[in-house]
Amino acid sequence: MSFISLLWVLLLGSLLGLELIGKVPPTLHTPLMSGANAISGITMLAALTLIVKAEGNVPLLIIGSVSLGFALFNVVGGFFVTDRMLAMFSRKPSNKK
Amino acid sequence: MNLPVIIKFVIDLLAVLLLALGIKGLSKVKSARDANRLAAFAMSLSVVGLLSYYLGTSGIAIQSWIWIIIGSIIGSLFGAILAKKVPMTSMPETVALFNGCGGMSSLLVALGVAIFPISSGQENFDFFKSLINEVSISVSIFVGAITFTGSIVAMAKLQGWLSTPGWTQSKVRHFVNIVFAVASLIAFFDLINGNTSSIWLLVIVSSLLGIGVTLPIGGADMPVVISLLNSYSGIAAAAAGFVVDSQLLIVAGAMVGAAGLILTQVMCKGMNRSLVSVLFGGSLSAQSTASSGSGEYTNITSCSVEECALTLEAANKVIIVPGYGLAVAQAQHTLREVTKKLEQNGIEVVYAIHPVAGRMPGHMNVLLAEADVPYEQLKEMDVVNPDFPATDVVLVLGANDVVNPQAKNDSSSPLYGMPVLDVQEARTVFVIKRGMSAGYSGIKNDLFDLPNTSMVFGDAKKVLNDLIGELKDLGVGEK
Repeated sequence: MSFISLLWVLLLGSLLGLELIGKVPPTLHTPLMSGANAISGITMLAALTLIVKAEGNVPLLIIGSVSLGFALFNVVGGFFVTDRMLAMFSRKPSNKK
Repeated sequence: MNLPVIIKFVIDLLAVLLLALGIKGLSKVKSARDANRLAAFAMSLSVVGLLSYYLGTSGIAIQSWIWIIIGSIIGSLFGAILAKKVPMTSMPETVALFNGCGGMSSLLVALGVAIFPISSGQENFDFFKSLINEVSISVSIFVGAITFTGSIVAMAKLQGWLSTPGWTQSKVRHFVNIVFAVASLIAFFDLINGNTSSIWLLVIVSSLLGIGVTLPIGGADMPVVISLLNSYSGIAAAAAGFVVDSQLLIVAGAMVGAAGLILTQVMCKGMNRSLVSVLFGGSLSAQSTASSGSGEYTNITSCSVEECALTLEAANKVIIVPGYGLAVAQAQHTLREVTKKLEQNGIEVVYAIHPVAGRMPGHMNVLLAEADVPYEQLKEMDVVNPDFPATDVVLVLGANDVVNPQAKNDSSSPLYGMPVLDVQEARTVFVIKRGMSAGYSGIKNDLFDLPNTSMVFGDAKKVLNDLIGELKDLGVGEK
């Protein structure tokens, strides 16, 4: 990929992000932030790339592995915690008269 | 194009599409939970795509597999455990912690590539030859480090582990931060000139900058900061995408970065603060003690739980205003019991939710949902404000700044202009509070001085428990 086309990708991605969040009810601010936060752990792909390309360079493997750990902590924790929050909204009150 | 490239391309495209749909869905109540799972699925898909690409092209060494497995198991395990165990009241801190770790990850990737440029050189990845890579490595380190230290400071402040040191409120802090910023710029140019060792200088000064910028910000503004740092971590991910040449990373990072920015703006609006004043204005309480904003209370009416119960029993319409104090006391379940009794007595009960009730927008909704409060009873500020004049009793539970009439009446108040709940319009207002201490902003609340306001002093949970007892004695909700 040439640098220029990567810049296009950056630009279009940003525009997409701006468009996606139009009107959000305040109720969802925290879950949305938490969910978006989990997605930012996408750096795990960069960490994976680093490990695969390390070719036996042990310090690099370790850096990659630690980085992968941090990223997955972000991703897994983020999605779980978001799900926990959202589960509370969907729970139907059963004892309604 | 060979097959693995095509497969990866298709998977990446699909992942981007699903992630976008996920973010979109997260902004609607009905679809939010499925959207979150969709996004999680898209993330796993992107990992499968990447690994299958390498399996199909260069192959993945056993050694690499081992380190991949170690890293992912440890990271996922800790993340899952924390996510399951953490109480709902500490949600803002938790998001900050996760966010900081995302920033750390981007920082480490860039650092790894910067220190060992040759070893990644399979496809002519000669990183230090191209200016672009140096720039993206620097940006990734800079933003990643700020995200990490900033988030950790934000978490520590919300947890109460860290207070705002006095000197950070003086003008000195701007000078210190400018020094850090200039130093990181110097390190950046030094790096481009080929001096690899200055990368450590960049790591150190940008970490310090993250601390220096976050530390002076008052607790009330922390949610905005966390949201902004969340946006930064997206930018850090996008920068890491340039480092390892991954379009998917760039798109996803840019999306989160932009979406986070919008969310930050929405939050600022809710609190009537501009982003600039949040970032550079220092903490609100420091300003107000300096000005004559604070004053003495002159006309406080205190009353017993019994009186409160009697008034509630005679009411037709009751509005509850929950705040962070309720969350701290873990009293949302007790509150729900009280309102159940009132409802059984034919009293109309609604909850008025200020946009920033709880310390993070939407935080209070999560807490009340945990206590099984029906979603329809949660009313947003704009919807509920016209109802106050026709309301008999308002119960303010651990909320303070969001019901301060100063925001409407006193143009000299630091709160002036912030949208607030007009509780003073109701016939009677009960404020359940532990003492006369000021709210998060540190500003005197004129509401407490009004003749139709009565204070019920005590811990929210204890007062509510007593209230249940009194209501029982009155026979409310026994029919």
